[in-house]
Amino acid sequence: MIPLSWYLLVAAALFCIGLYGVFARRNAVAILMAIELMLNAVNINLVAFWRYVTPEESTGMAWAVFVLTVAAAEAAVGLALVISVYRNRDSVVADDLDLMKN
Amino acid sequence: MFEQILFVLLTIITLGSAIVVVTHRNLFHAALALMVSFAGVAGFYITLDAGFLAAAQLLVYIGAISILIIFAIMMTRRLMQATEQPFNSQRGLSIVGALASLVIMALVIAQYWPIAPNSEVPMASKTILEDAILQGSVAELGRSFVNVDAFVVPFELASVLLLAALVGAILVAWPKTEDQT
Repeated sequence: MIPLSWYLLVAAALFCIGLYGVFARRNAVAILMAIELMLNAVNINLVAFWRYVTPEESTGMAWAVFVLTVAAAEAAVGLALVISVYRNRDSVVADDLDLMKN
Repeated sequence: MFEQILFVLLTIITLGSAIVVVTHRNLFHAALALMVSFAGVAGFYITLDAGFLAAAQLLVYIGAISILIIFAIMMTRRLMQATEQPFNSQRGLSIVGALASLVIMALVIAQYWPIAPNSEVPMASKTILEDAILQGSVAELGRSFVNVDAFVVPFELASVLLLAALVGAILVAWPKTEDQT
């Protein structure tokens, strides 16, 4: 049998890969992709805890579905923002977006 | 034993393609690797007896979000060229930070849940629960979404959130016409 900790470790590794992507990438679309990886890691954790700790309740699954919903909404709005920024400033590099800096 | 081999394979697929996502210079290839990684996560859901979530993962992530991301990459076409520098100056620090947080998380996990295989009580259903409970879990989930005592309010809020995101995305991405500016 697979222990619960294996799932938690995989989720932690996936989360840290996403974290690295968010920190190190310059392109806004790439940052969004890394955020999606982190949300997936959170969902693996939710489902694993649901399965191992409270499989008789539907709370864990329901939460995972809500995370999925929020991720979809976030991707739609985020990518619309990226396209809008690209249209106005001709760049999607996060370092160039310093309109509110000075 | 078969389950552990399957788990290791899924881990290699998911984490390997996730690493490609954050390191590949060509964004389009990174988006394709992202789809593979999502599929690997769906595989994890199946090993966790969450078939409905695996299907939802395939539909929402691979079917919708990945396509949306690929569209965004194509619409900002210059990015597909690999000539541009993909990483900022914090790259080295980011690796250190991500590895440090991974080590901390692994230590915390190892503290509370034993790592070694067969060292803890196996999955609840095989010993305690009947399979019927798991088979009924999707129906149970559906009922809990419309149950006043469970998730009916978050469920309706989620639909409002999706509607707001839809309208917001259209509004933000709408091209400015001449007379508007």
